[in-house]
Amino acid sequence: MVKKVDLCVAEGILKKYTDGVSDLIPVLQDVQEAYGYIPEPVLYFIAERLNIYPSHIFGVITFYSQFKQKPAGKYIVKVCVGTACHVKGSERVSREIHELLKVKVGGTTDDGRFTFEEVACVGACAQAPMVIVGSDEYGKVVHGEVKKVIKKYQKS
Amino acid sequence: MTKNETMTNKPKIILGMGTCGVAAGAKALLEKVEGYIKEKKIDAEIVHVGCIGMCHEEPLLDIVMPKRTRVIYGKVTADIVSKIIHSHVQQDKPEKEHVLSQMLPDDGANPYPGIPYYEEMPFNRKQQRIVLKNCGFINPLSIDEYIARDGYESARKVLLSMKPEEVIDVVKRSGLRGRGGAGFPTGSKWEFCRKAMGDKKYLICNADEGDPGAFMDRSVLEGDPHSVLEGMIIAGYAIGANEGYIYVRAEYPLAVKHLKLAVPHARENGLLGKNILGTGFDFDIELKQGAGAFVCGEETALIASIEGERGMPRSKPPFPANKGLWGKPTNINNVETFANVPQIILKGAEWYANFGTEKSRGTKVFALTGKINRTGLIEVPMGISLKEIVFDIGGGISDGKAFKAVQTGGPSGGCIPSEIIDTPVEYETLAAVGAIMGSGGMVVMDNASCMVEMARFFLNFTTDESCGKCVPCRIGTKRLLEILERIIAGKAKGNEMDILVELGSTVKAASLCGLGQTAPNPVLSMMRYFKDEYEEHIKDKSCRAGACTALSRYIVSPDTCKMCGICVKGCPVDAISDGTKKSKKPAFIHDDKCIRCGICFEKCPFDVIYTKGAKKAVHAKEEALGEVKA
Repeated sequence: MVKKVDLCVAEGILKKYTDGVSDLIPVLQDVQEAYGYIPEPVLYFIAERLNIYPSHIFGVITFYSQFKQKPAGKYIVKVCVGTACHVKGSERVSREIHELLKVKVGGTTDDGRFTFEEVACVGACAQAPMVIVGSDEYGKVVHGEVKKVIKKYQKS
Repeated sequence: MTKNETMTNKPKIILGMGTCGVAAGAKALLEKVEGYIKEKKIDAEIVHVGCIGMCHEEPLLDIVMPKRTRVIYGKVTADIVSKIIHSHVQQDKPEKEHVLSQMLPDDGANPYPGIPYYEEMPFNRKQQRIVLKNCGFINPLSIDEYIARDGYESARKVLLSMKPEEVIDVVKRSGLRGRGGAGFPTGSKWEFCRKAMGDKKYLICNADEGDPGAFMDRSVLEGDPHSVLEGMIIAGYAIGANEGYIYVRAEYPLAVKHLKLAVPHARENGLLGKNILGTGFDFDIELKQGAGAFVCGEETALIASIEGERGMPRSKPPFPANKGLWGKPTNINNVETFANVPQIILKGAEWYANFGTEKSRGTKVFALTGKINRTGLIEVPMGISLKEIVFDIGGGISDGKAFKAVQTGGPSGGCIPSEIIDTPVEYETLAAVGAIMGSGGMVVMDNASCMVEMARFFLNFTTDESCGKCVPCRIGTKRLLEILERIIAGKAKGNEMDILVELGSTVKAASLCGLGQTAPNPVLSMMRYFKDEYEEHIKDKSCRAGACTALSRYIVSPDTCKMCGICVKGCPVDAISDGTKKSKKPAFIHDDKCIRCGICFEKCPFDVIYTKGAKKAVHAKEEALGEVKA
C-alpha cells in the first residue's frame, strides 16, 4: 500500500543540511513537520542523500517517541500524564477522552480528525491536569471539562 | 532598570505569558486587554513576561503607573480585566478586590496604601531569587531589558579581565554543584575539561528536562533565556570551547521559540560569534531539539542524540570531559547551573557561598506541585526544610486534607513522609533518607495518593523510557513493574516485598546508566516508609487511599453524611442514591454501579466518604453502619 509521496518537499528540506548523519534528527523533525509523519519513501530518500543505512533511520524513528510512521489526525489530543497531572487525576481524563473519541492511546479516529496521545509532562504542572489539543493548552481539566474541550474541535 | 521601573512615563500593563500562564487563559486575556486599551484610547504599553512563579494565581496581570509601585493582580479573567484597567490605569486606583500585592518601593516609587508587599507574602518570604531574578520581571525577548538589569556584565568582566583558570577558581570557590540532580561540583567539572587534551572542545547545555513533574528549566528558558546564554559564554571561555549546543526538549515549544530569538539577538549585539567584545574569543551556540526520549538527559545518551544516533548511553569512563561529542572533550551542564554562573561572577564566590549549607551552597529552584495550596516555581536557599517549603511557602495541603508525602527527584527519586519532613534540602541529607535532590520536581501528595500505585506510576515511566541497552534496566524494571501490577490487581502471593527489595537492589547495582541505577528508588523508598500500606495491599488486598480500583470500594459514612448532594451530582454513572436534603437520607454508593473513579471521594467537603478493601464479602452499608457504631 505504498501511496505516492511527493519527494520534492523532502528535497527542499535536505538542501538546508550539509553535515551528514548528525543532521538526521533535525531532518526527520522537518520532514515530520511538513508531511505530518515520516513516509517510508522519504525514509529511503533521506538514507540515500545522507549516505546512511535505512535501518539506521528506522532505528532512530522507532527510538524517539516524537516520530510517527503513520499520518496523524487533524488535531492531536495530548493528555499530560506527568507526575503532577497523575496526582491530580490525569488517568481519569485519559479514560474520558478514550470513551469520547473511541480510540486507544496512539490511535486516530476513523474520520481522521483526532489522534489521541499521552505525553510525559509538558511542564505546566501547576495547571494540572493538562490537555493539549493542536497547539491550544487547557489547564485544570476537571471532571466534565473534557467533553467541552473536545466539542470545540468536533465541528470546525 | 529596577523592579518598579520608575523610569517609565507610560503606564505599563504586564502579562505573564509563560506556558502555565497561557494554559490558564493568558492569551484570551491579552486579546481583551489589547481591545480595551484600543477602544478607550489608553496610552499604555503592554509587556509580555515569563513566569514569576506564582502559578496558583495565574493568569497574572501587573500594572505599573509612572513613579508608582508595580501592582500584581491574580486570577485575572477576561471579564474583570476592563474593570481593573479602568480603575488602575485610568484613575490610578488599584482595584482592591483582585489585587494580590505590590513590589517593595526600594527605588523611590510611591507605594499604594493598604496593599501587601510582594516580597513579604508567605509565598515569597522564604525565597531567595538568584536564578529566577529576572523571570517574570523582564521581557524575555528583549536583550536590552536583560542588559539593563546587569545582563552580560559578567561575560564582559570575564572576557576582558579574567583568565580561564581564574573563572574556574571563582566557580569552584562558590561551591556551585550541578543542578541537574547529581550535584557534581561545577568548577571541578570545568577544570577536567579545561585540562583535557584536544584541539577542539565542546560545551553543551542540557535542557532536556524530562522529569515528569518538573518545569524549572522551562521557566528559565522561557522567562530569561539570556542568563543561560551568558552562563554558556563564560563556561565556553573557561574550558576553551568555541562551539556550544543547547539540547532542548521539543515538548517545550515556547522555550524553543524564545531561544531561537535570543541567540541571534546576542549575535547582533556582538556577544556571540567571532571576536566577542573585541577580545578575540570566538563562541557560538546552536540549538538541537530533542525528539522525546527521557534517557537523553543522561550525558552520553544526549551526545549520541546530537550525533544523530539513537540516544543510548555508553559506559563511563571515558568521561565526556575527555571523550565527548564527536570524540572531543565536552562539558555538559544543566540550564539552572548555567543560569547561576553570571550572578556568581558578578557578585563573587563568597557572596554565593553565603547561601545554603556547608556542602550544598547557593539556592535551588523547585517546581512545587501536586495537592498543595500554592503551586508554583520557587527558589529557596539550600538547607531550608521540606516542611517550610510545603507549609510556609506552599501553604499546606489543598482542600484541608492531610499531608502524606512529598516526592523529590521524580522517577529517580524517593518520597519523604511526614515523620521526617524536617529534613533539610541538601544533596547528602536527601540521599540519606532515600530520596534525591533531583532536578527540582517536588510533588506533594495527600491521603488520596496510594504509595503502591505511585511506585507503579514511576516504574511504568522508567520501563517505558529504558533505552533497552543493558539487561538489568530493560528486564529488571519490567519485572519490578509486573510485581507492582500484580499487587495492585489483588493477585499478590505474599513474598512480593522481599522480591522487590532484592530485584530493586540488583537493578540499582548493575545498570549501565543513571536511569536504571535510580529507577528502583521510588518503590524502595515507598516500601521503606509505607510498609504497612504495602502489607495491606498484599495480605488484606485492600487499598486505604482508594486509588487501586481492584482493591477498594467507596463507602459513605451514614452518620456523618451532611446530605449536601455534592457527591450525587458529581457521580458520572449515577451510582449514588439519596444524599440530598430532599431525600433526608444519607448518600449510599451502589457498589455494582460504581466505576471507582473517585470523584465522590475527592469532592466530599466533609470527608465522610472513605474506602475499604473490596475483598471482604460484607454488605457495604451494613459494614459502614457497624463501623460507625463500633
